[in-house]
Amino acid sequence: MSASIDVTRKYRFAASHRLHAPELGDAENRELYGKCNNPYGHGHNYEIAVTVRGPVDARSGSVVDIALLDGLVRSEVLEPFDHRNLNEEVEAFGAAVPTSENLGREVVRRLKRNWPAVFSADGPRLERVAIAETSRNAFEVSAHEIE
Amino acid sequence: MLITRKAEFSASHICRNPRLSDAENRALFGAAANPHGHGHNYVLEVSVEGTPDPVTGMVLDLKALKETLNREVVEIYDHRFLNREVAPFDHVIPTPENIAIDIWNRLQPHLNGPCGKLHGVRIYETPDLYVDYFGDAA
Repeated sequence: MSASIDVTRKYRFAASHRLHAPELGDAENRELYGKCNNPYGHGHNYEIAVTVRGPVDARSGSVVDIALLDGLVRSEVLEPFDHRNLNEEVEAFGAAVPTSENLGREVVRRLKRNWPAVFSADGPRLERVAIAETSRNAFEVSAHEIE
Repeated sequence: MLITRKAEFSASHICRNPRLSDAENRALFGAAANPHGHGHNYVLEVSVEGTPDPVTGMVLDLKALKETLNREVVEIYDHRFLNREVAPFDHVIPTPENIAIDIWNRLQPHLNGPCGKLHGVRIYETPDLYVDYFGDAA
């Protein structure tokens, strides 16, 4: 068994959202989320970093076929999220507030759900997803903490 | 504590497995299999783990680390055709994974003393693609 290596690939999408917890009143939401609670929403250029872990395959010298990873991220994340209103157009955010925390978990969920259709059982594993709403903050979700 | 030092080098390579046909290589590596080669501006980040010395307040002499990176990696890799000029890439495919392992193997003997141990090697092939290697033990 050769050594394990982490490969990280970055992707970008632009989307709008509004942070508003339906369990809280309007005043509480304004207090909690500040400008992010603006009823008309607002947008970000999101950057996500997807980290994959595995041994180096002898045939390719690679841990993961980047074209396959790109295809999976494109169909599961970029196409459904890019230039969308997350609250209105992504089903998961009908119930969950589209914070970066919840967005990171949703990205992991989507990638894990479709991982076996793209990669073999002894192939590379999803290790973590990092999501940056702006260049000044970053959220990391381990793939092992999400079903 | 981890100290990370960055270095850069530019090099060309071909990703091709000699045991596969041209068509198989093209399917596996895409444009990177171009037999004439192509290049990247690689960015290397080397992390060293250690405890600050109570007198100097430093884990290690950063100038010495910079010189080690230059001598052991940059001078060997920079402005070279990796497959033709840098061992072991005459017989190992110079993917970023294998480059990270080779750089680890070159640096590890020089970064295993009381003044810090090699912790990790990160190599960016492009700003959007990097690999991390933490040695066999990881």
